[in-house]
Amino acid sequence: MTAEFECVLSQPSDKNIWNCEFRAFTLYFKVLSMNEQNQQTLETLQDIKRIMERSSRFISLSGLSGIAAGICALVGAWFANKEFGPYYGRYDYRGEYAGEDFQQLKFRLLVIAIAVLAAAWASAFYFTWRKARHNKLPVWDLTAKRLTINMLIPLVAGGLFILAMYQYNEWRFISPACLIFYGLALVNASKYTLSDVRYLGLLQILLGLINTQFHEMGLYFWAAGFGLLHIIYGFVMWWKYEKNA
Amino acid sequence: MKNPITGLNKIFDNRIRLGIMSVLMVNEEINFNDLKQMLEVTDGNLATHLLNLEENGFLKVKKGFVGKKTNTTYSVTKAGEKAFADHIAALENMIKGVK
Repeated sequence: MTAEFECVLSQPSDKNIWNCEFRAFTLYFKVLSMNEQNQQTLETLQDIKRIMERSSRFISLSGLSGIAAGICALVGAWFANKEFGPYYGRYDYRGEYAGEDFQQLKFRLLVIAIAVLAAAWASAFYFTWRKARHNKLPVWDLTAKRLTINMLIPLVAGGLFILAMYQYNEWRFISPACLIFYGLALVNASKYTLSDVRYLGLLQILLGLINTQFHEMGLYFWAAGFGLLHIIYGFVMWWKYEKNA
Repeated sequence: MKNPITGLNKIFDNRIRLGIMSVLMVNEEINFNDLKQMLEVTDGNLATHLLNLEENGFLKVKKGFVGKKTNTTYSVTKAGEKAFADHIAALENMIKGVK
């Protein structure tokens, strides 16, 4: 390489002027081909990184899934809130606590909860399926299975625990338990999908813990966690990963 | 100047072999079908490259059953891990070397 440089830099004599230009020309091509090779190497490294990421984390989770789940939660909370008016109306009318009224309220709230859960899962799944299809990635692959199983462990444990509280009319901690177990499920799942999910999980846990001190406001905390946080998180994720896709 | 290309491993010249190693580096073990889905290759193609890597001592093969179906899982060996890390380091050196 030094010979070429010397030739380019030194004043060429009349004798070797053509020769020198020729050498400068080949130098130019050498640099060009090195850049091309460099580009290929860079692409190879990027490929390796992409494969490693794609084979260890489920990356098709859509921000729109979060927004949809959040909207389902807010609608559900609104319906649940409507149930309390008539219940307290009857309570005041009688002037005393009635077991059958309470059982009726309990049952109606459970139906709403199941409907919200089904609607939220279905819409969340739909948007994620759409994103995977758009990116031509399989929806149900190894990473999706891993994410599902690791998310379901704390979630199912929490769900059964909450049903037991429901069974014994222990309503005070239902909302905090929903938030805390869901938060733990997200923190656990974050190892198998976009790592941002971890922050959503931590916020849910925090909200759940604060809720334990304000248990009469359970529904509001629940709506803030499952509704607002989901919508904010979903929007941030959409903005970060999908806006330009 | 040390030639940055000396660290490159010929075995990893092939994109599919490179892909297999990339997957195995971040997964404790993986079975044939998941690997096939991940790399989007045909059965025969994948099998050939897996055999090549196995013969070079870069991966361990474990044959088992799930129900009545065979389930072959693959994991990376210490030698494979080292060879792959060296290969990546060489690629990175190539890029740094030009700057």
